[in-house]
Amino acid sequence: MEPFTTLTSRTVVLAGANIDTDQIIPARFLTTTTREGLGEHLFADWRYGPDGTPRTDFVLNGPEAQGCRILVAGRNFGCGSSREHAPWALADYGFRAVISTGLADIFRSNCLKNGLLPVMVEESTSAWLIGHPGAEVTIDLIAGTLTLPTGRAVTFPLEAFARHCLLQGVDELTFLLERRDRIEAYERRS
Amino acid sequence: MARGPQTLFDKVWRRHEVSPEGADTPAVLYIDLHLVHEVTSPQAFAVLRERGLTVRRPERTLATMDHSTPTLTAQVFGGAPIALDAARRQVRELEANCAEFGVELLGLTHSQRGIVHIIGPELGLTQPGKTIVCGDSHTSTHGAVGALAFGIGTTEVGHVLATQCLLQRKPRTLAVNVSGGLRAGVTAKDLILTIIGRLGVSGGTGHVIEYRGDTIRALDMDERMTVCNMSIEAGARAGMIAPDETTYRYLAGRPRAPRGEAWEQALDAWRGLPTDAGARFDREVDLDAAAVEPMITYGTNPGMVIPIGGAIPQRPGDAAFAQALAYMGLTAGQPIRDQPVNVVFLGSCTNARLSDLRSAAQVLRGRRIAPGLRMLVVPGSQQVKREAEAEGLDRVFLEAGAEWRESGCSMCLGMNGDLVGRGEYSVSTSNRNFEGRQGSGARTLLASPVTAAACAVRGRVTDPRELL
Repeated sequence: MEPFTTLTSRTVVLAGANIDTDQIIPARFLTTTTREGLGEHLFADWRYGPDGTPRTDFVLNGPEAQGCRILVAGRNFGCGSSREHAPWALADYGFRAVISTGLADIFRSNCLKNGLLPVMVEESTSAWLIGHPGAEVTIDLIAGTLTLPTGRAVTFPLEAFARHCLLQGVDELTFLLERRDRIEAYERRS
Repeated sequence: MARGPQTLFDKVWRRHEVSPEGADTPAVLYIDLHLVHEVTSPQAFAVLRERGLTVRRPERTLATMDHSTPTLTAQVFGGAPIALDAARRQVRELEANCAEFGVELLGLTHSQRGIVHIIGPELGLTQPGKTIVCGDSHTSTHGAVGALAFGIGTTEVGHVLATQCLLQRKPRTLAVNVSGGLRAGVTAKDLILTIIGRLGVSGGTGHVIEYRGDTIRALDMDERMTVCNMSIEAGARAGMIAPDETTYRYLAGRPRAPRGEAWEQALDAWRGLPTDAGARFDREVDLDAAAVEPMITYGTNPGMVIPIGGAIPQRPGDAAFAQALAYMGLTAGQPIRDQPVNVVFLGSCTNARLSDLRSAAQVLRGRRIAPGLRMLVVPGSQQVKREAEAEGLDRVFLEAGAEWRESGCSMCLGMNGDLVGRGEYSVSTSNRNFEGRQGSGARTLLASPVTAAACAVRGRVTDPRELL
């Protein structure tokens, strides 16, 4: 996993609440057996019309969205299905962080395992970001801050272990495999 | 070490801590049962292969296929190839992975195959006090027997395959206390839809729900599974119901339940699981079951739900609400009753057990579905299918004009060829009414099996009590 330290990017805004993982990546693309290449299907039913042509009214199809690596999302983004294809698609498309007032539990957990940083912010910060699509912001994971173009910096919470894994680019499986002795001890006593 | 009164969740969690949560590290939680299916496992097996790892406890792992599998008999049993290439590849890949890693597979033609959350309890593998995970959010279903069961992502599927453990932060607890009797024509599906409407689709985030109270105690196991199944639709990781005599009666004699002396020992352990008197939950919500009506959704998440006799609410200035109604082709203030319906789907891990089929058949017996309406009946497992056929339910559905299929997730999610057309209205007994869930442009209204059957007969949204 690529380490995450700091990131400066313009934002793309999807302000609606409760955007579910079926929207992020519809089920018909879940027949893949690899993690790669899902970015082209990201938000497929919002991005493309029934005939497959890009819909000009969808934010990811606008020129200002190109190259953006930070998604500003509404409350409870990523609810519904546990499909890890959702963060795979977001990451494959080029996103490295999702800013929201709250993410769904399984989606948030899946993001952390794919180098996609969940940035939880207060309502006021979220409202500012939603009102200023395309704003260039800086996320500093070492300091745990999000800096707006106004110069205002807000801190965001992230549990120590997840922060460590993202900063070092280490994965949880290695951590678990190193605890084999404890797992064996548990199996013996239970 | 003396502990105060504990909840059911606390007891199951603590007994599975390989190491507890610390300030800087999550808990290492041991997993008793890992259910695997074809859609969320290929990339996890690939990681094992890349890193030279094995499946740590194959005997705690069971695979089946349900999501992308066809439901047409010829495609399942080999008379015809699986129509979708990608689905065929996924099925073959799971077969190869299970063979390579020594995992038991209830494959496409196996007599015990079915939707993963239906076969776990049916086989008696789902047991009180167990930790159960699967790469599927509706794993919460298994909590109905008093297990701690939750959905995980594919990376975590790999973690469990390799280590039989997960890194987890301890969730908070939410008690949903339900008292009073459900009225005639009102089902467990209506109850959980009411609860989701009350909590909202993110109201349970970060929590494990325990459903409690005399209403819950009076539910049979199929009904309890319907309730726990949709916990995730309120944002909760898991839903649990304390085991009791109903649970033990259900499990006794099932093929993979303990037997003989082991059964007696298991019973002793299970009887200690229910929440202790005086145990504290982080939150509590109370609900009066007698006030629950037959429910139906009108929007694009399961929290957008109203009594079937009600009108769609008005929320001026709410852009997301307006977008949902525009997608659904419905109008704020409009009664939902008599809304024309094109498709009825009776199936899914929420409502495809034998009692669900029986209750729908009660409405359909001696009646025909409305002209031009399509109804798909998809039993939750091959065993449910056999049992339904043994009591003639298949004849009831077929004579009513419905299709009778092999088991699978089918029309709950549009990835196996069973689809609702663009712009069509589908009354579905499944769990999600998200945009495009049943096919691009499909419009889903979630309801109970009896409501779905009543809608099929009339071709319009219908209060099932008119036909019962």
